[in-house]
Amino acid sequence: MAKSLAAAGVTDIVLAVNYRPDIMVAALKKYEEQYNVRIEFSVEAEPLGTAGPLKLAEKILAKDNTPFFVLNSDVICDYPFKQLAAFHKQHGDEGTIVVTKVEEPSKYGVVVHKPGQTSRIDRFVEKPVEFVGNRINAGLYILNPSVLDRIELRPTSIEQETFPAICADGQLHSFDLEGFWMDVGQPKDFLAGTCLYLSSLAKRNSKLLTPHSESYVHGGNVLIDPTAKIGKNCRIGPNVTIGPNVIVGDGVRLQRSVLLSGSKVKDHAWVKSTIVGWNSTVGRWARLENVTVLGDDVTIADEVYVNGGAVLPHKTIKANVDGKLIPLSPRPAPVLTAAVEVPAIIM
Amino acid sequence: MLNVPSRQKSSHMSTKAVILVGGPSRGTRFRPLSMDVPKPLFDVAGHPIIWHCLTAIAKVPSIKEVFVVGYYDESVFRDFIKDSTREFPNLSIKYLREYQALGTAGGLYHFRDAILKGKPDNFFVLNADVCCSFPLNDMLKLYEDKNAEAVILGTRVSNDAASNFGCIVSDTHTRQVLHYVEKPESHISNLINCGVYLFSTDCIFPSIRNAIKRRTDRPRLFSYPSSDNLESSFYAQEDDDEGKANEVIRLEQDILSDLADSKQFFVHETKDFWRQIKTAGSAVSANALYLQKAMQSGSKELAPTSANIVSPVFIHPTATIDPTAKLGPNVSIGPRVVIGAGVRIKESIVLEDTEIRHDACILYSIIGWNSRVGAWARVEGTPTPAGSHSTSIIKNGVKVQSITILGKECGVGDEVRVQNCICLPFKELKRDVANEVIM
Repeated sequence: MAKSLAAAGVTDIVLAVNYRPDIMVAALKKYEEQYNVRIEFSVEAEPLGTAGPLKLAEKILAKDNTPFFVLNSDVICDYPFKQLAAFHKQHGDEGTIVVTKVEEPSKYGVVVHKPGQTSRIDRFVEKPVEFVGNRINAGLYILNPSVLDRIELRPTSIEQETFPAICADGQLHSFDLEGFWMDVGQPKDFLAGTCLYLSSLAKRNSKLLTPHSESYVHGGNVLIDPTAKIGKNCRIGPNVTIGPNVIVGDGVRLQRSVLLSGSKVKDHAWVKSTIVGWNSTVGRWARLENVTVLGDDVTIADEVYVNGGAVLPHKTIKANVDGKLIPLSPRPAPVLTAAVEVPAIIM
Repeated sequence: MLNVPSRQKSSHMSTKAVILVGGPSRGTRFRPLSMDVPKPLFDVAGHPIIWHCLTAIAKVPSIKEVFVVGYYDESVFRDFIKDSTREFPNLSIKYLREYQALGTAGGLYHFRDAILKGKPDNFFVLNADVCCSFPLNDMLKLYEDKNAEAVILGTRVSNDAASNFGCIVSDTHTRQVLHYVEKPESHISNLINCGVYLFSTDCIFPSIRNAIKRRTDRPRLFSYPSSDNLESSFYAQEDDDEGKANEVIRLEQDILSDLADSKQFFVHETKDFWRQIKTAGSAVSANALYLQKAMQSGSKELAPTSANIVSPVFIHPTATIDPTAKLGPNVSIGPRVVIGAGVRIKESIVLEDTEIRHDACILYSIIGWNSRVGAWARVEGTPTPAGSHSTSIIKNGVKVQSITILGKECGVGDEVRVQNCICLPFKELKRDVANEVIM
């Protein structure tokens, strides 16, 4: 994200967080230098909803009269920042939200345009029973600083309070997201989103993907950080992301999974549809599947089977887990998002 | 019966042994493994179950003659007996076939002439379906010390488990058996019958004759006036699938209780391991116990401990094991088995001609003859609690097999998981399965 933003001419990035900023500081400092942007944290003492944090960061966001992007970090998408900024400038109104087409609009909040107009939004209909449209909020916005005047410093929802107010004044536009979109607030969606992201890289013949010529790549869509180490006789793919400093042992089978930085999958383990948390260890001959999620610093002992388990950080699992026996916190999104690149960015 | 016959002293005493192997219809609980091999010949710790009985018998110097009694066809034990005669040259081993199921005592009585030939003082009776250290010399010593007519091997189990077995009430000081009851409904004792006996020839045959006479004079139900017993005696007749019920005389139901009145019936309590080999799954714990025994006695048969061998492990000399595979503890690998790279096998039996492909994981399972397990497959059972005598566990409120068993010539696809399943022969498993019997 930071990379895409810098490329679109962004100079300041504010991270609105309420969770473990110290860990993120280290991760993000290197991006500052790498992409020549300033990254600051805005720490919420109490959760301020989706709009409150913007008000909190007013000083930075409103330091000049240029618009700012808002990104929900638990959304993975093709990040069309440049085009979005250009479109926003062209219509000249207060805000633009990126929308995406969905197959089943009845599950979401649907955008309805003003009659005869292609981008100006008339209203939002939450979970429509009858078809009113198939475009939904993709969680990526560009807004003028004037929007901040509409927000009070209290827990506020940008979707439910701020946007309807801008709509009422005819100042909100939609921008169609070509490509893909996926909410990764849930681990299952996160994995699906990762698959989509990897497919899109494959479609663009991205150099980021590990080439098929690697003996262990199986079925493609494999993204491996250059600092990761892969053992002998592995079969990896399709749809696998391996983060920095990950160690994969010999004879490991990985598919449809994400291995976060510093994690370790030992020899002969079998991992499918699983998110392996930072610095977690998966033991030899362990088998993880069916949307298993390991938090930070989890240890799965040798030969253990975990079926659809969500494991809290710092836990050690020594016996088989069948089903959701060890629940994660109700909202795992902040835990998951650093997987992609950066958490909670507001700018 | 109460007259104690005078006997020669121990050094000249002659002893025989009888191994009761039952017959094919009795092996139903041992399915699917008994579909291809009769239970007594099933390999645990690298040898047929009955071989472990013979090994114990061979350690009693006064035994020269062993009878294997059952109602399998003669051909079933022919090769085994031939091999064993070579392995135990001091023993004469003969198979005596019952043409109808006579019950454990009825069978002994039927073959009394063979057993009594040469006038032995006493003889051991071993049920082939138990796994234990068979401390026969200790039993013989107790027999001599007490001038006994009968000695039974007993072991302690949990109070909950006791009522599934024959229960012994004994005098803790004299070790005399005061009372014996088979599978009582209420708690009587946690000292149970191990299915191993030493009988005086002078005592046991008259005792069986009395039981037969009693049966002929009075049909069985009338000899058990209490309503509790009435029900159990009814069951006892019901599961006799062959032969006339009246001719079936069992040691446990019909003889031991009478012996307890004799004052010359003693119990040797073993502190060593003991398990029944009843269901197919129990072969895994029998395998573990016999392997541990072999390890403790420093057996040369076992694979040497190394980075990838967690002892005890038995590997047949004709098996091929990739050096990166990790085996053990408590694993037996049969003849011509091929184990691929990075395979993990623990607490399991892999039978002959089976292939396990690379990176597969096999835990608490039995893999049948000539089966194939794919790469990264996981075949898994669940350990039963230590000391448990049950081979089923409760999973999500349902009773399932703890040990996963693949019958002959089964196939498990690459990356497939098989958990707590019984799989009949010739099945191909291409999808993950759990808690099922695959027919």
